[in-house]
Amino acid sequence: MPSEPNHVLEFPGGYTRSTGPVIGRFLTELRAGRIVGVRTAARKVLVPPLEYDPATGEPTLTTPDQTSPEPSYDFVEVGPAGTVREWTWVEEPRKNHPLDRPFAWALIRLDGADTSLVHAVDAPVKAMRTGMRVWPRWRSDRVGSITDLECFVPEVSTIVATVRTEYTVTPGAALARYLDALTREVFLAGRCPTCESVYVPYRLSCPQCGSVIEEELEVGPAGTVTTFAINNLPDPRAPQVPFVSAYILLDGADTPIIALLSEIPSDQVTEGMRVRAVFEGGTVKWFAPEREA
Amino acid sequence: MRPVAVAAFAQTTHTDHDTGLAEAELILPVIRAVREQSGLTEFGFTCSGSCDYLAGAPFSFVSALDALGAWPPIQESHVEMDAAFALYEAWVRLQHGDVDSALVYGFGKSSMGDLREIMTLQLDPYYLAPLGLDQLSYAGLQRSAVKGDFPAVARRSWESAQTNPYALKLPEPVETAPITDGAAAIVLVAGDLLQDRTNLAYITGIAHRIDPHYPGMRDLTRSASAAAAATAAGVGKGPVDVAELHVQFAHEEIVLAEALGLPAGTVVNPSGGPLAANPVMATGLIRIGEAASRVMDGTAARAVAHATSGPCLQHNLVAVLSRES
Repeated sequence: MPSEPNHVLEFPGGYTRSTGPVIGRFLTELRAGRIVGVRTAARKVLVPPLEYDPATGEPTLTTPDQTSPEPSYDFVEVGPAGTVREWTWVEEPRKNHPLDRPFAWALIRLDGADTSLVHAVDAPVKAMRTGMRVWPRWRSDRVGSITDLECFVPEVSTIVATVRTEYTVTPGAALARYLDALTREVFLAGRCPTCESVYVPYRLSCPQCGSVIEEELEVGPAGTVTTFAINNLPDPRAPQVPFVSAYILLDGADTPIIALLSEIPSDQVTEGMRVRAVFEGGTVKWFAPEREA
Repeated sequence: MRPVAVAAFAQTTHTDHDTGLAEAELILPVIRAVREQSGLTEFGFTCSGSCDYLAGAPFSFVSALDALGAWPPIQESHVEMDAAFALYEAWVRLQHGDVDSALVYGFGKSSMGDLREIMTLQLDPYYLAPLGLDQLSYAGLQRSAVKGDFPAVARRSWESAQTNPYALKLPEPVETAPITDGAAAIVLVAGDLLQDRTNLAYITGIAHRIDPHYPGMRDLTRSASAAAAATAAGVGKGPVDVAELHVQFAHEEIVLAEALGLPAGTVVNPSGGPLAANPVMATGLIRIGEAASRVMDGTAARAVAHATSGPCLQHNLVAVLSRES
């Protein structure tokens, strides 16, 4: 159909079809939120149920005596869970499909059934596999239709646990001095009077010998990459993915700091590379390769 | 059984779009062609296969009779199925022995509507149709069950179609039969009309069988009904040089080749099959016509034709065609 339709075939209001005792029972049970099958003479449970056994053509009546007042069928509640036997993915749902987002059609063997139900499964395509366990998702406004089952969904295997508590933090005396120096585009370091190691960020005591540090000095803002990592997961502090985080030994310091490294393709970063801090907004934006003077 | 043979076969040059011809206009040239080939202008029985839902018009097959010139009244019947099943009815009619010729034709213009959703209307109205299960979706469920080299089926069909002047000119192999408009006709003869004719393809066996409708109640990896029809038609009673199979999805060929018990050397769908042209309601009849043509042109001494109806190869017809009765 190359263009918009100029002819529509429609039966206004639709056909009224009688269901008979078996399909009617199935749809009535669906409306009540249950799924039933019918047991055949060969003790197989057909789901959805039929008035006859497709294998033999025999009625599924338990009392095939036509003179009995009420036909009697052996209805069996099945599921509600089942196992996906076959599935096919629908990337672009049609307007008549049960779901308006990508989904799978599946043949679902409900627990207790010997045949498979055709229905939709609402799950990511990566989760779809033969053998997966699925449960029904029921409509709240059920009317007695196969679509009272909105679709099937995977078993619960994960939950999302939210964690959120609130704080007011301070950086501490030494780090506050270091951050204050950064606003003047200065890296503040401290030298241990005993072992002479130069630490950046500035700190009040030597983590190696425990001596109190009193000598402040400036280091950087240029330095050398000692090691680095290429990161492929997004980070709100990084400009793009992939980004490089690097250990940078600032000139004059004995300990490296970790920082973003940018303004260079990630595959061109090398150990030993000379870099220089780029300041923005009173802090280090990132480091960039040192330009030739 | 009374011997019955295919005496003429014609099909349209199929198109992937509406060429502007009404159904009767589409049929007219193929009716004329089989009249010329058979030398017959009137037939003891006429039977057609079509689907009113394709055109969205009730009794659309009646207006198609305009192509025949059905006055004075003719003995005529119709199946709301592929015309291969109309051919079966004609074959049964010829078994009565009182008429010696039958005209069978089928036609369909899938271009007018959405074939995938029209096929939803053939599903049961309680369990399947309300879900909006479309043709590609239920075929996808069967494809999921079947194991095989589907791209190889598509590629071979596409390569074979390069020498079929009636097939679509598809740019690349496809695993799903393309939307197609077209028609086909066959003349069957029996009794005295078999005499003095040398170019015949005898129908030595023909049968159809059906599986349960609901796909979830079948083993979709095999086709019990196609196997039963093949046994009833006698496929295994001799070599099979050529098989024309109603394969609308590449995976169906895997299922059918096994069900029909085709020998390894059988050439399957030398016309390209439905993966090269699928004028719905004529596609199955064309399988019989193509198989008969291979017998008539001497390519095959014995050929098998298959036609199907319903979801996931539910209903299957198998015919055996042979140079000898």
